[in-house]
Amino acid sequence: MEKQDISKLERQFQEKIDNEIKIEPKDWMPDAYRETLIRQISQHAHSEIVGQLPEGNWVTRAPNLRRKAVLLAKIQDEAGHGLYLYSAVETLGADREETIDDLHSGKAKYSSIFNYPSLTWADMGMIGWLVDGAAIMNQVPLCRCSYGPYARAMVRVCKEESFHQRQGFEIVTKLAQGTPEQKEMAQESLNRWWWPALMMFGPSDKDSKHTAQSMAWKIKRHTNDELRQMFVDVTVPQAELIGLKVPDNDLKFNEETGHYDFGEINWDEFWQVVKGYGPCNKERVEARKKAKEEGMWIREAANAYAEKRANRKKAS
Amino acid sequence: MTKQEALFEYLLRRADDTLILGHRLSEWCGHGPILEEDIALTNLALDLVGQATELYQYAAKVEDKGRDEDDLAFLRLEREYKNVLLVEQTNGDFGKTIVRQFLFDHFQILLYERLMESKDEQIAAIAAKSIKEVKYHLKHSSEWVIRLGDGTEESHNRVQESVTDLSRFIDELFYQDEVDELLIKEGVACDTSEFRSTYDANIKAVLDEATLSLPKEKWQLDGGRKGIHSEHLGYLLAELQYVQRTHPGMEW
Repeated sequence: MEKQDISKLERQFQEKIDNEIKIEPKDWMPDAYRETLIRQISQHAHSEIVGQLPEGNWVTRAPNLRRKAVLLAKIQDEAGHGLYLYSAVETLGADREETIDDLHSGKAKYSSIFNYPSLTWADMGMIGWLVDGAAIMNQVPLCRCSYGPYARAMVRVCKEESFHQRQGFEIVTKLAQGTPEQKEMAQESLNRWWWPALMMFGPSDKDSKHTAQSMAWKIKRHTNDELRQMFVDVTVPQAELIGLKVPDNDLKFNEETGHYDFGEINWDEFWQVVKGYGPCNKERVEARKKAKEEGMWIREAANAYAEKRANRKKAS
Repeated sequence: MTKQEALFEYLLRRADDTLILGHRLSEWCGHGPILEEDIALTNLALDLVGQATELYQYAAKVEDKGRDEDDLAFLRLEREYKNVLLVEQTNGDFGKTIVRQFLFDHFQILLYERLMESKDEQIAAIAAKSIKEVKYHLKHSSEWVIRLGDGTEESHNRVQESVTDLSRFIDELFYQDEVDELLIKEGVACDTSEFRSTYDANIKAVLDEATLSLPKEKWQLDGGRKGIHSEHLGYLLAELQYVQRTHPGMEW
């Protein structure tokens, strides 16, 4: 294609973006836009799938029938999110299995939060309340993302995440209002999950290499630090409401800005986990690899059977 | 044995079957061989836990001793669980999980079909609601039995081994004793021997299509209905009951 044709296409593309017209799979788009979306959506899909693991870890130990059913339903939702996010990736011409192989090789990332272990029942509450709560902050603006299939997937995902967040908060509330032992369980869990939850919004704006371009393309609508602040502002009063203490001595409401000031994130820990050295990185990827490897004979059988059936149909 | 005692026992047997199998399936959560199947197995687990909940709720009401559905599900001793041995068997590979499900689903659908006609309105209502779910379960497990049986040589061999292994638990599905006799007379329970031949024919039809077969030897086990289980159940209960046992008497 001629250079001037491309610049014309690029101009038309950016005009659509500027006019809030969604980009659809068959529309022309710059390679970098496509690649950014493939990276982001597949990582989002991987996060949903890997995110099943810390919760699946407690599904057999859920404390009563109702909690067990709700947790199962929630994990099933997460797997479902993974499924249609992989479908959204495929609208960009990527192959689902290839993106999954990238996860297994370590090339593709997923949300670092899932590299932390779920150690007590209270962690099921924290994951819903904080982790899904943070995910909602990130994902609600994605409902207006410039890429149509991703934006539409996010509308449904957000509805379900909002239910997940509430069920998590309900678990935590029940513990916080329970026996001293249960309250202690909730507080201890909050102490472990608070900072990793803040890290879910990614590096601070000054260190974020993708933010500026993603915002120009309207894939992203807010910076990492803006979203993090929104999360803190919403979540701190919730913790106060149920009598739990957010583990940050610098946390203070700032009358002037109308926002909470909060302490510095441990960025060394953040980068360490991103680079693959968190408490559960190895276990999470291994669990996913094992599932795929042990599923090979099943996939092969399904394909062989489908082929046999097609041949029989032809023959008859 | 009074009718009330028999009914309580009968409900526990049904509830324990679904809880224990649902629990086993939930162990797959996040580890399914294919994403679609991860979702499917979790969904099965969810349906079964839901059925168990309704059955335990009714059992608790029938017993009338102040216990609720969670007390029954989480706070009994190993010998007090009355599920059949089939459902507590470990997951093994996906093929074994599917065969276990297949043998169970074919029984459940015939059972629920008849329980829908029970004179006990509550049992009839639970059966009517559950059968809608079981129809899907049955379709799912039967289709996979065929796919794996008639797939590759490896899948055929693997799933044949599971059929051979798990077939020794089939007879127990049809186990009946004084509990059933009393309730059959009352029109509450159904006589499972009446649909044994249908069950055999139904599973044979699927196995034939799958190029699989039941073993010739007649080696059958039972004991579950009297609380004599395999060694697997204790570990399952240790996990299931962990929170309730560690932190007794709390609300969650």
